Amino acid sequence: MKTLSEHILDIVQNSVSAKSTLIEIIVEEDKITDLYSLIIRDNGCGMSKETLAKAINPFFTSRTTRKVGLGIPLLKHNAEAAGGSFSLESELNVGTVLTARFQLSNIDRPPLGDIWETLYLMFLSYTDGNLVYRHKTEKGGFQISSDELKEVLGDVSYQQKEIREGILELIKSNLEEIGITK
Amino acid sequence: MTKIKTLADLRKMKEEAQSKIKLRENSANPDQVVQVKVGMATCGIASGAKETMKYFVEELEQEAIDAVVTQTGCMGYCYAEPTVEVKLPGKEPLVYGHVNKEKVHEIIDKYIKRGELVDGIIPVSFRTIDD
Repeated sequence: MKTLSEHILDIVQNSVSAKSTLIEIIVEEDKITDLYSLIIRDNGCGMSKETLAKAINPFFTSRTTRKVGLGIPLLKHNAEAAGGSFSLESELNVGTVLTARFQLSNIDRPPLGDIWETLYLMFLSYTDGNLVYRHKTEKGGFQISSDELKEVLGDVSYQQKEIREGILELIKSNLEEIGITK
Repeated sequence: MTKIKTLADLRKMKEEAQSKIKLRENSANPDQVVQVKVGMATCGIASGAKETMKYFVEELEQEAIDAVVTQTGCMGYCYAEPTVEVKLPGKEPLVYGHVNKEKVHEIIDKYIKRGELVDGIIPVSFRTIDD
């Protein structure tokens, strides 16, 4: 995984499979503490203590189509390689919180990538609940959620050119405002 | 066009474009339209499935083909990622492997538009997965 966006796209799939109705993605940049943190929180089915302990093992997966599960281990590895830390907390029938911290100034910290494209694709695919994205920098914050979009756009297909470009521009211009580029 | 900065701008844009925009009827009766599912698990994403999905959305829109593009999980063909399942109305789904930008174009141009099979089909008794 070359960018944080790709990690987000990947990890959120776990929350979707866990039948979550609320998925929150929170990215925070803090120059003072030199921390870049990514938190993904859901209210899905959660994991038992045993499963949780196995989740960071690359040779564990809940799938039957293959024998490895690399999403979480890869993110953990990237965080630790960039002077950060990783934690995963979960409770059965309550939900899961994943936290990956990176050293902000670390050269090995993956760039954010084109998060607007990523969010767009997630909004397009995840229609069972509310997906919230929040980004905070020292210049301010931005938040967007699939519920808000649904409220504004109604039954219109997000694949429609005007709508797609509108959503992308909304996210992109607001992120640029708080100093975020790829 | 004015810059879209708030949800209100987005709403305005939608209202202006309303006449051109069709309702999301395709999700109500998905069997009537082309369904494209892009494998987006770790293996797919690492191989560039995000770009593949983006091209599908853009090209299908450009060609004015009614289609639903969504993500799916890993189909177990990690060696052939990005993999894409294409289901034409009334037909069995087909899975294509190694779908890059050129392949997207080929699949849309030949298979979706004209029904001709394209190289790169993953055979076996493939079954669609639920997650």
